[in-house]
Formats: sequence, C-alpha cells, structure tokens
Amino acid sequence: MKSLQTARLTDAEAIKQFTDDLLERSPADQTEVMVTEWDSALTRFANNGIHQNVAERNISVRVRVVKDGRTGVASQNQMNPDAAVNVLDRALAIAALQPAGDVVPMPGPAPAPEVEAWSEATAGASPEQRADFVQAVCAQAGRAGLKAFGAYSTTAAQLAIANSLGVSHHHRSTQAAVNSVVMGEAGSGYADRSAIDVADLDREELAAEVIDKAARNQHAQPIEPGVYEVVLEEYAVAEMLEFLSFMGFSALAAQEERSFMRLGERITGEPVAIWDDGLDRSGLPAPFDFEGVPKQRVDLIKNGVATGLVYDQLTATRAGRPSTGHGLPAPNAEGPFAVNLFMAPGSVAKAQLASGIKRGIWITRFWYVRIVQPKASVITGMTREGTFLIEDGKLTRPVKDLRFTESILKALEGTQALSQTTKLQASEYFGASRVPAVHLKAFTFTS
Amino acid sequence: MKDLADAALNAAQLKGAAYADVRISHHVQQNLTVKNGALASVSDDANEGFGVRVIVDGAWGFAGSSRLEPAEVEVVVERAVRIAKASGRVRAGRVELGAPVTSKGRYRTPLERDPFGVPLSEKVDLLLHADAAMGATRGVTIREGSMEFIRETKVFASTEGAFTEQELFESGAGIEATATSPEDVQNRSYPNSFGRHQGAGGYEYIAALELDRHAGRIGEEAVALLTAPQCPSGVKTLILDASQTALQIHESCGHPTELDRVFGMEAAYAGTSFMTPEKLNQLRYGSPVVTITADALTPTGLGTFGWDDEGVPAQRTFLVDKGLFVGYLTSRETASVLGQQSNGTMRADGWNRIPLIRMTNVNLQPGASSLEQMVSETNDGIYMETNRSWSIDDKRLNFQFGTQLAYEIRDGKRGRLLKNATYAGITPEFWNSCDAVGGPSEWKVWGLANCGKGQPPQVAHVAHGAAPARFQRVRVGILK
Repeated sequence: MKSLQTARLTDAEAIKQFTDDLLERSPADQTEVMVTEWDSALTRFANNGIHQNVAERNISVRVRVVKDGRTGVASQNQMNPDAAVNVLDRALAIAALQPAGDVVPMPGPAPAPEVEAWSEATAGASPEQRADFVQAVCAQAGRAGLKAFGAYSTTAAQLAIANSLGVSHHHRSTQAAVNSVVMGEAGSGYADRSAIDVADLDREELAAEVIDKAARNQHAQPIEPGVYEVVLEEYAVAEMLEFLSFMGFSALAAQEERSFMRLGERITGEPVAIWDDGLDRSGLPAPFDFEGVPKQRVDLIKNGVATGLVYDQLTATRAGRPSTGHGLPAPNAEGPFAVNLFMAPGSVAKAQLASGIKRGIWITRFWYVRIVQPKASVITGMTREGTFLIEDGKLTRPVKDLRFTESILKALEGTQALSQTTKLQASEYFGASRVPAVHLKAFTFTS
Repeated sequence: MKDLADAALNAAQLKGAAYADVRISHHVQQNLTVKNGALASVSDDANEGFGVRVIVDGAWGFAGSSRLEPAEVEVVVERAVRIAKASGRVRAGRVELGAPVTSKGRYRTPLERDPFGVPLSEKVDLLLHADAAMGATRGVTIREGSMEFIRETKVFASTEGAFTEQELFESGAGIEATATSPEDVQNRSYPNSFGRHQGAGGYEYIAALELDRHAGRIGEEAVALLTAPQCPSGVKTLILDASQTALQIHESCGHPTELDRVFGMEAAYAGTSFMTPEKLNQLRYGSPVVTITADALTPTGLGTFGWDDEGVPAQRTFLVDKGLFVGYLTSRETASVLGQQSNGTMRADGWNRIPLIRMTNVNLQPGASSLEQMVSETNDGIYMETNRSWSIDDKRLNFQFGTQLAYEIRDGKRGRLLKNATYAGITPEFWNSCDAVGGPSEWKVWGLANCGKGQPPQVAHVAHGAAPARFQRVRVGILK
C-alpha cells in the first residue's frame, strides 16, 4: 500500500484492528461496523479572487446490531477504544428498546474485486497548488474582461465495512473536482471537471471552455416558450440521469409501485442504453456498497427497453434474489440507489449534434431541477449559463434562460443522436455519471 | 472546551493571524422512522470536533478536525494559516470585518421536556397510532412517519475577546400517506412536506402537532387525489396555505436578500440575486400588505439562537417594509462593504464548515384577513396546500411550485378537489399581486430543515412565520 501520509488518513491495518475488536466485543447476534474517513480541502473563488478556503479531517464509525430480532444503529465521529465501547453500547441500547420485527439481513462474505481509485497526487494536493490552478482561471478570465467564480476541491477518503458473518472490505479513493462560472456584464458561462487524479484536471482546457461559453452568452434575448428540438450538453444529461435514478431505478420504488420502470417494455428511444457499473474506472468506482455487498453491473435500459433494477439486502430479500450491491448506510428507508451511472455514446461528434436542426435550442446545463410527477418522470427546472438558439444547424445567438417542464422518458423517446464522446459528471451528493451529449426531437419550455 | 479554544486562538496569533475564531461543537441526533405499521429504523448519531477560521494578510483560511486533542489543535491551526496564505496569492480584496465583536454569555433553547429523556417507546407509539389512522382508508399503499431530535452544544471564541456557549435543541415529526395506481402516485403529508415539521424546542413541540388527529384525513386525501381532476391551466386568483406561503418566502425573499449572494460569493453554485444594492430602499418588492422580517428571536423558530457563528447577537431586522425592499441578511464581512453592522445571520452546518449567511426566521408579518374571508371574496381561484415541488432560477426571479393538494374556488366557495396543482411567476410581480394575508390566529412558524447552500455543501435549519395569503392573476396548472 502506498503512503497515506499526505492526506492524513488512518492506516488500513489500524482500521481493520478497530473493526475486528469491535465485532469481537459485540454481544449481538449480528454486528456490522462501517468506517468512513476523509481528508478534504476546497478552494472557492469569486470575482477573480479566493474568498473561501477550507479543509477538513473527519471520520464516521457506524455500528448496526441485530439482537433478538431487534435492530439498533448508532454512529460517532471518533475511532478509539472508548468510542468503540460507546457507539456499540448505544446501538445495543436502541435495539433493546425496540419491539421485535423484520430484520434486514446482513450479507455473508463475498470477494469484492480490487478497483484502483486512488491518486497520490490528489491525496497530496496542497493549498498552494489549488491557489495556482484558481489563479490561472482567474487571470485568463480577467484578461478577457470577465470575472471567474467557482470551487476547486481535492478529497482523499476510505471506506471499510465488516460484519460478524465474515464480511471485511476496504477501499480508498481520491477525487478532484473543479467547477467555474465566468461572468461578463451581460451573461455567463459554465464548465466543470472531475477526476480521480488531480493531474487530469486541465486548467487551460477548463478556462478555455468556460470563457468561450461566457463570451458567446452575452446579451441573451428572450425567446417564446414552447416545444423545441434541443441539444443537451453532458451537464444536463447527467442531471436527467440522476433524477431517473432517484425516481425509478430502485427496486424499492418498483416494489412500492412508485417507479416508471416497466420491465420488458420500451420506455425510451431505441438508441438509449443506461447501466450502473461500480467497477468501471472511467467513472468514480467503488467495489462494494454500504452493506458490504460487491457491486454488480446492472443494465437498466437497453435499446430503449427497461431491463433491470438495483437491489439492496432488503429489496433483494423481498424479491427472493441476491442484492446487486446498491445498498445505502443503515438505517435506510430510502432503498437502494444507482450511483455509478453510464449512458452509451453514439457516433456523432458533439459539435455536429446541432447540424440537422432547423430551429432548436442548445442547452449547457440545468438548474434547480425538481420532480413534478414521479411516475410520469416529469421534472421542472431552468436552463443556466449557456442557452443558445440553433438555426439551420448553427448556434446563432444566446437566448434568455427558460423554464422547462418535461417528462424525461418522453424526451428520451425522441432521441435523435448521441455524441461519440462521453464526459464524467460527479454528482452534487455522491456517485457520478458518464454520459454523452444528446439531440432530442422535442423538449417543452413553459416560461 | 475553554482550554482548547484558548490554545487554538493563541496558536493562530503566534502563527501570524490578524484575526481568528474557533468553534467547538458536540452534536447528537436521534432519528426514528415508522413505515407501514412497523418501526423501520432508529439511529443515534454523535458528531464532535472543532474548526478554526483565520485571517492572515487580509485573506481567509479555515481548517477543522474531529480530533479534540491538543496536538491536533496545533496541526489544524497550522493548516488554516497555510491555507489563508495560499488564499492571499489570489486575493480580490482585503477582508474587513468592521467593528470588533466581543459577545459573552450563555444561551439555551427554552424547552419543557428534553426530547432525549423521552422513552423511545412513547415516540414509537405516537407514530404507530398515526400510522394506523392513515391506514384506515383503503387504498393507502405506503404509510410513513418520522421524528428527529437534535441537541448541539457549541462554544465560540475569537481573538477579539468573544466567548459564547450555547445549547440548542430541535424537535420534529411528520407523517405521510401515499396512494398509488398503475398510472399515478399521490401523497399527502402533515404538518408539512420534506419529511417533517421541526422547531426549536423540546418534546412538547411534538405533542402539540397531534399527528394522530390529522392522520386519517391525509390518508383519505391521498386516495381521493388519485381520481381527482387535474388542476386546470389558466390565470387565476391563488390562495396558498401557510406552509406553502412559508416556502414561497424562503425561496423568493429569504435567498435573494442574502448579501453574500448579491456580492457573487455563491455565484458558481446557488447563484446570485436580483435584489442588488442599488434597489435597496427603491424596489417595490411587494404590495403594502407584504412586510417581511428576519427575526432570530422568534419562539420555536429553527433560526432562533443566542449568537450567530461570528458571535453577533440574535436580532430582528426588516427586509421588506410594507412592500418596500429595505434590508439584507448580512455577515460582518459583507455588511462592512455597505458600511453597516452585521445583523447576525452567519451560521455553519457544524464544526467542519465555515459560517455562511443563512436565513434565521424570515417571517411574513400577519395581516388582517383569514383563509375563510379570502375564499369568500374569490370568484375564480385555486387554493393550494402543502408543497410537492419547488424550483426557482439562480437570481430568484422565475419560480414554479407544485402542491400536494388543491381545491377549486368558485363564487366564494371551495369546490372540487384537484391534483397535480402548480403555479408559476416572477418574484416582484407575484408579491405585488398579494392582496391579503391571514391574521395572527392563522400565523404559524414553519421549520425548514433542508436549506442547501455553499461549497462544500451545507444544510441549514431555518424557519418562516407565515399565514395563508392570496395572490391575484397568477398562472396555474403548468403541466407537461
């Protein structure tokens, strides 16, 4: 194992010793202990200068016990012998106070494949390195007569999960992410990047994209709302995918009849393929879930047909099948969650996606998306930082941001083309999507 | 606690900080969920640590750690100072905090019954009773109830001499009934959406909600909504219940009056604001019945405390006075730019985050009307209750909200139940169309425990005093 000194994470062997000791000490019928530790830093900038600059070292020890058909969960952010006693006692006390009931079964041991998700460069990133990156973006924006805003973060983390049935997994990961809005007097642009290795974040490329977008998006004029042919950049596509995952890819949503997924039926256009794969290093991989189950690839939509759902221990037990490794930390009333999403690319260069559109709208990203009708997959939100009119295959002028209200599945039904390249989009919360840009036949703007 | 705080402040000064503050917090939280007649989960979470904020050469640095140990204090302060020096490489200007803040004292949330002393069985029984009442209606397919209790002790100390100690309590609960059909999902929740209704206080707050008394009604309403007609599309008079009015205040007045947003400090994430400084004391934000205050002294409000996380005392200030935009939510740094003193709204989501400008209790002052009167005066309108979806642009102008339940209003009377109700508007146009606000008897403080802002993300617990309110010429029924 490589040195963990730079990110100040606890040695994996020390964590294993801690979890082993806690499991040994527990009088419960079944015990699970999950340790999450992270050392992260974030440099935030506005008006071409750093205005917030923070770092955090933190840990979480979460213990689930099952005793006499009763479950208790407790957590605390200390990892030492006293803390182990304390958190275990609290979990046992909660379990003892409960009526006996259904218990979510803990998984038995199963090997999880090794997935490299660690970068020494990211773990060792310094505040000076972050400042230099920000300086480059701000300086270029300043030279263009624009102002840069954004955040640049580096995180090193590790997750260990063990239970009394023999599960014992450990995984460490890094993530570097930067987002930037660049503003002029009358408009703005947006770009972001995420990677496991900080060296993969190219400051020149990011600055060029966001400054170009801002420069083109000045003095936008309003356009009549209505139904338009659209091109969605990867930022917008990834957000749609996240909402699909939230509303319908979970087995719990299906079991509770809340999901739009009708397995075996075509629910989108034929070119659409969406899957979840926690082992693909082109995403932000994690080899096992928060219940200690190894992750499986799940095809969710294939050739436009709904083909699968993601399961955790509870929903898998109800369905009489194994978990797919998509459980969240206990106690979890939300059900399983697909957090390593992929959408298949097409064969068209991104720059050519607008070429066949007589009159349409090019959308950079969405903002403040919310669910309107979950079963119909209807969402609403605004466009933001780069909305352009397409005329005769060319982006002719910026238009004022529009509100859309649209069914995601209906929009994807009209999938005309997908870009041949894909982009990694880290979620605002956790997980990530790798998606292409898409050309859709119809998209409804309501104001 | 004081020794650790002193050590951090001394170390910061020795390493060159012109200003430093330290927050040490211990946060405990209990959550329980009942689902479909059974206890689904109980958890007990504890979280402690400290964070040090420094200014070196006019630039900010911050670092925090969960390890409350003397050796870690040195490491964390060193890290904060190094970060501040790095900030100084790319400085847009020097940080100025204005007059020193030297607050001292102790504050504890007033409460009658410590929620952590209430037996778990009592809490579970209350939720199970409500669950059973929701299930009495055939067709309710999912029943959920939850409670959340928080106790946070925090110490704040600064190199200016401030030293405050606070013990803050929150209690919250809520229930939700869902009805499904092959084509549709409808849900009703009480007292509010977003999982639960929460306030600063003890278990007495939960008892007063009378969850079991309202459970049967929301079960019936969820099932009835499945077969209810869609909310019609058009331009109509809109009457909002108090909880939806509270969210409207939150999104369209609370956020745009945050002065950090106005100055671009949130531009790359939450956005900016249409309420720019040249509009102060000029913009007719709303009609004369619209007066909005930020009041950190409101009883039971989630934005009620002794001092903010810069040590500034809790206070009441006007944001909108009889329709005129008159004030911002401010911090020491942002207020000094306008030549003002902070009005005490800086709060952090724990020891590991820096404080940001957050709403306290942003309250629409009660009016002279009532829900009954508003309905009786309306010929063609829609009444909407309990939020279902919410979306607003990054300047806080263009919004669209949906509610769980709606009723048609015809000729002064409540008519058909309607589903999938939505309305949309532009903030100043909407508030200028407000012609009636309910009186003190219908005014209530609504807790929102899910307000997101900042990078890394922070969640604030805020509140809004609100009563039912009426708006004219509103676009409703925006549906795909």
